[in-house]
Amino acid sequence: MNDLVWIFVSALLINNFVLAYFLGLCPFLGVSGRLETSFRLGLATIFVMLITALCAWFLNTYILVHAPYLRLISFIVVIASTVQFIEMVIKKLSPALFKALGIFLPLITTNCAILGLAIFSTNKGYGLAQGMIYALGAGLGFTLALVLMAGLREESELAPVPRLMRGTAMNLIIAGILSMAFMGFAGLFSAA
Amino acid sequence: MSSTRAQPDAYQEFIKGLWRDNPVFVQVLGMCPMLAVTNSATNALAMGGATFFVLVASSFLVSSLKQWIPKQVRISTYIIIIATFVTVTDFTLAALVPEIHKELGAFIPLIVANCMILGRQEAFASRNSVRLAVVDALGMASGFLFALFALGSVREILGEGAFFGLDLFGSDFEPWVIMILPPGGFLTLGLLLLFFSWIRERKEKLAQQLAETEAELR
Repeated sequence: MNDLVWIFVSALLINNFVLAYFLGLCPFLGVSGRLETSFRLGLATIFVMLITALCAWFLNTYILVHAPYLRLISFIVVIASTVQFIEMVIKKLSPALFKALGIFLPLITTNCAILGLAIFSTNKGYGLAQGMIYALGAGLGFTLALVLMAGLREESELAPVPRLMRGTAMNLIIAGILSMAFMGFAGLFSAA
Repeated sequence: MSSTRAQPDAYQEFIKGLWRDNPVFVQVLGMCPMLAVTNSATNALAMGGATFFVLVASSFLVSSLKQWIPKQVRISTYIIIIATFVTVTDFTLAALVPEIHKELGAFIPLIVANCMILGRQEAFASRNSVRLAVVDALGMASGFLFALFALGSVREILGEGAFFGLDLFGSDFEPWVIMILPPGGFLTLGLLLLFFSWIRERKEKLAQQLAETEAELR
């Protein structure tokens, strides 16, 4: 039990996917302009990450034991097609949910955070429960970083910043400071 | 005739990737794998080299096969081709340089998710001849390698006071440890982007001034 809590907190704060592993930077910098959009993107990411963890566990347990060199290709193909399939199901069952999350799904599927999640949890040898908790933590951590970033960016729009600084350069420096702040969490579990 | 005409074209395609449309500093693509592994010049070169091979090989294959790839499934086909080459690179590095492979860890397979590589296939290799596609890939890959190397060098020199593991400043230098940690990656890339856009802006301003003085002289 303690183990699962540790996996969750570690993925959420200490080894935050965006701020410590630099995964999912494209949506992090591209979509973090508005608070509301980035929150919805975060929810969609959590959703895809949970599916990914399930797929990765299934592939690792039943298929890749026999053919480890197919790992990368099968991860990509299976995750992408599962997400596409679920997208179709949601579209049919709940148009409202599809409207809220749908446009983000194809954007996230080929994202390095998703593939990174599958590869990291494989390398760490996580089982099904551990993998799902890890995915939940990583997804929530991604959402947290994205929402924080969007909040900061909405404020900085109003600040008198030199024209040359505006855009990616400033966003990266803001991200650097955020990442520094998150390093503080590293002490959280140093005793363990 | 084609050779005399194609020569400057190919040269232009190469230079484009290296400087004017540099994938990192101008297009800001492919950041996910690059920031994580650029904490030393050696790692940056290894990552750049791996990406170089994957990009050139996939561009070659995609542009050779472009007639036989159906439009509807082209993106999936490109991804499978890229993933194949990344797997080859992953196993080759693990066999040849196990230490570096261990240090880069999961970030070698993540080359697949580098949007720069897929972008070149979709935007260039699938529409041009094999030769031009390879030249374009060489240029883009060199530009990426150059950017990674710049980032890795700055971070290693400031963060460890060393370059390729060689001590530079002696024992009096207090290393800026933050530079080799994750925040240093964000800060260095942000400042480098700023620096390059400053150079570009200065160049444009100078060109404008030159044009104005020429107009006045007339």
